[in-house]
Amino acid sequence: MIRCIRHTAAFSFLLLVALLVNAARVQVVEAERYGANPADRRVAIARYAKPRGAVLVDGRPVTGSRDSGGRLRYERTYTDGPLYAPVTGFSSQTYGTSLLERAEDGILSGADDRLTAFPWWDRLTRTHRRGGDVHTTINARMQRAAFAGLGGKKGAVAAVEPRTGRILALVSSPSYEPGVLSGNGAAVDEAWRGLNGAARRPMLNRALQETYPPGSTFKVVTAAAALESGRITDIDAPTDAPDPYTLPGTATRLGNAAKDCEDAPLRYAFRASCNTVFARLGTELGLRTMAATARRFGFDDDRLRIPSPVAPSTFDTRMDRAQLALSAIGQYDTAATPLQMAMVAAVVANGGQLAPPYLVDKVTDAGGVMVAAGPHRPARQVVGPATAQQLQELMTDVVEHGSGRRAALKGVTVGGKTGTAQHGVRNEGMPYAWFISWAREKDGYEPAVAVAVVVEDAAADRADISGGGDAAPIARAVMAAALRRGPGR
Amino acid sequence: MTATAGAPATARPADTPPPLPLLPRRRGVELALLVGAVLISVCGYAVVGLATHHALPGGAVRYGAGLGGLALLAHLAVRLRAPYADPLLLPTAVLLNGLGLVLIFRLDLETPGDHAAPTQLMWSTVGVMLFIAVVLLLGDHRVLQRYAYVCAALALLLMAAPILFPAVNGAKIWVRAAGFSIQPGEFAKVLITVFFAAYLAANHTALAHVGRRVVGLQLPAGRVLGPIVAIWLISVAVLVLERDLGTSLLFFGVFVVLLYVATGRTGWIAVGLLLAVVGAAAVGTLEPHVHGRVEDWQHPFAGIAEGRGPGQLAQSLFAFAAGGMLGTGLGQGHSALIGFAMKSDFILATFGEELGLAGLTALFLLYALLVARGYRAALGLDDPFGSLLGVGLAVLPALQVFVIAGGVMGLIPLTGMAMPFLAQGGSSVVTNWIIIALLVRLSDRARSPRPATPAPAHRRRPAPPPTAPAQGAGR
Repeated sequence: MIRCIRHTAAFSFLLLVALLVNAARVQVVEAERYGANPADRRVAIARYAKPRGAVLVDGRPVTGSRDSGGRLRYERTYTDGPLYAPVTGFSSQTYGTSLLERAEDGILSGADDRLTAFPWWDRLTRTHRRGGDVHTTINARMQRAAFAGLGGKKGAVAAVEPRTGRILALVSSPSYEPGVLSGNGAAVDEAWRGLNGAARRPMLNRALQETYPPGSTFKVVTAAAALESGRITDIDAPTDAPDPYTLPGTATRLGNAAKDCEDAPLRYAFRASCNTVFARLGTELGLRTMAATARRFGFDDDRLRIPSPVAPSTFDTRMDRAQLALSAIGQYDTAATPLQMAMVAAVVANGGQLAPPYLVDKVTDAGGVMVAAGPHRPARQVVGPATAQQLQELMTDVVEHGSGRRAALKGVTVGGKTGTAQHGVRNEGMPYAWFISWAREKDGYEPAVAVAVVVEDAAADRADISGGGDAAPIARAVMAAALRRGPGR
Repeated sequence: MTATAGAPATARPADTPPPLPLLPRRRGVELALLVGAVLISVCGYAVVGLATHHALPGGAVRYGAGLGGLALLAHLAVRLRAPYADPLLLPTAVLLNGLGLVLIFRLDLETPGDHAAPTQLMWSTVGVMLFIAVVLLLGDHRVLQRYAYVCAALALLLMAAPILFPAVNGAKIWVRAAGFSIQPGEFAKVLITVFFAAYLAANHTALAHVGRRVVGLQLPAGRVLGPIVAIWLISVAVLVLERDLGTSLLFFGVFVVLLYVATGRTGWIAVGLLLAVVGAAAVGTLEPHVHGRVEDWQHPFAGIAEGRGPGQLAQSLFAFAAGGMLGTGLGQGHSALIGFAMKSDFILATFGEELGLAGLTALFLLYALLVARGYRAALGLDDPFGSLLGVGLAVLPALQVFVIAGGVMGLIPLTGMAMPFLAQGGSSVVTNWIIIALLVRLSDRARSPRPATPAPAHRRRPAPPPTAPAQGAGR
């Protein structure tokens, strides 16, 4: 009997060994695989267990956290949600994150290892770090001026500081309240469906993620190509351009809205926005030169991050000469985001140098200690300083004598370019009104700001649509805010 | 855990000295271990409060006093009536029960409407009282042998009782009366073990006699084997009818093991394993409920892939995985995601998540200690009934822990059962305290000075060796 009892005890011992081996399998060997299963809610619970870090504008948080008391505890709140939605994006327990909330999620949620000196210690002790704060480059006054200027009309504004690339305003209109998506539950689902199904697409970030035909504002790029290539050396010399201009290889004749465009010198052609002159310049410069210049300004770059991804602006590299002629005046397949056109204006204002745009000034931990500075990528020369000087002359001329008069500011040197872009099948859609501009103090040396404005449904009367009429006043308000000028003339 | 071998400071001057040379009784060791067990439990209780509310739980003192008082009463009873009892049994049981109360209290925080810890404490009190009663009233375990058939009858009665009551969560294992609900099957398992041990002890010489020979196996005479097989079959059949598959598995295991120990024939193990495999395969394919469990075991994450979300087993595995080596800390896990049965069948998942592999290993070793002390008592006794009862009472928790822990950790298909002492459930706690009481009684006899007790006539005979020679001769 004793022998049998010992055997039974040995058998029990085997059961114990089996349990221990299996426990080690589940808790150590397979633990990571099980933990990575998206159905395990622990990741989400840990993520929302503490307040999320804040996004700050001018040092003041525009986001907050609300204790929901639920299992996913903290929900995102927004102050001035619609105003800053194109900057912050949303942070939803149901639908994830977008824009800055997504790009800086590691910092805001506390997961980023840069928030601690000893990440391995935090992992060992299972410390849940508090989220860090993201300080944006946005200027609240300019943001509000741009938002008020659009006044709910479909459109967008992007403003950058030419010298540094700091993005000062980023507005998309109509906007939405991101806070309605923060939590989880039926109300959030309904809000999500409503926002996604809305005809005016309030969740579309028109400043970063929508491209428009830039229309006549693209003539800045064409003029830059002409000046850089030496095709035009004197902006006051006649250009030998017919009016109307028959597109090469077709019978299509391109006309002008302005008068006196035949053989007009570059200065006049730019001020009056003569399509014929720029279309012909484009074909003369050739596809290679035009595409290279556009690329140097930032077109066809699908890697631009601010740190939210920016939709690439496009200038085709394969087309015939007639298409090239149209592309040179910002039509055909040429398409640009408002941010891209603000970059074009910034290059002109900044002596031909492009400072890559960025939206995050610095990142701090919960205690305010700086974790990382903004990107500060080096500026690159897009056009020579002399060309930039000539382009500045052309653009100031537009504001002083041409179609951009409504952007003028007292005591400020303002350069601008209007645009009215045709689009839709056979150009039947409502044209887009564009205005790009930059400004600096009359006695100042550094340019203060470069702005791009696009208004989609500019006015009911199609004949009235113009960059100068609808978009320029918005740009003016934004520039005035940048220069701390009052809204008056 | 070297108390049995090491600690010398046990002979208490206050005790009346036994007539023979002083044998270490080690009651002082037991008391010290009990203090440790109560302290660990109270600390766990405090840690849960600090981790969840950053404050000591209101009832910490009452809880500590309650558990400590129960432990002290039980200790006094042992000191009085079982002075030679194994000093590890009672502290291990108190620690397991205390940890169970901590875990249930911790899970109560996740279910605002349902407070199970006070009820569990109440049942634990009942259990300790019964423990004391058994230790005080049962002077000699051999008395039980006389009531073998009473035990069997009572067990069958208890098991049959739930048939009259409605099923709860798919199993007809409950008896509800006057606001209380008990699981009579829990008590039945002790009674049936007593019966098995008594019957096999009384007949174990007869069992060695060769009866018929079936497929190469020497069966004992049907006259001897008949009654026990009949009762065993009836009980398993009743349990299968009630869908209490865990308990029927337990009965099966205890029966096979005791038959093996009583007869010394390895063949019984082979037959038992064969029957178990055939039975499990049959039930696993034919019974839809069990079939689902088997499917779940094979593919714990199938529900996620099909969009139904994680099932309970998947949630349990997530909880264990989240615990890792060291656990999240008491009160800081999310095993509440398991939902239904998180305080009973799945309570081990909370243990694994919040105390990690380290805590789980310690827990398994505590159970192993309990089981090992049961075998130790069985080995120390020289009456067959006592030895068989000791083995039976050791095998019961060993199998039960293996089946439920293996089930919730994906080692074997899940079978609903209570983790001894740990899981919510009054019947289970009370039964386990009775098991501890019987083990204390057995170990007291095993360790007490021999000449002090009068011996029944057959006691001195060495375990008759019918096994090896008989088998050898038969072949």
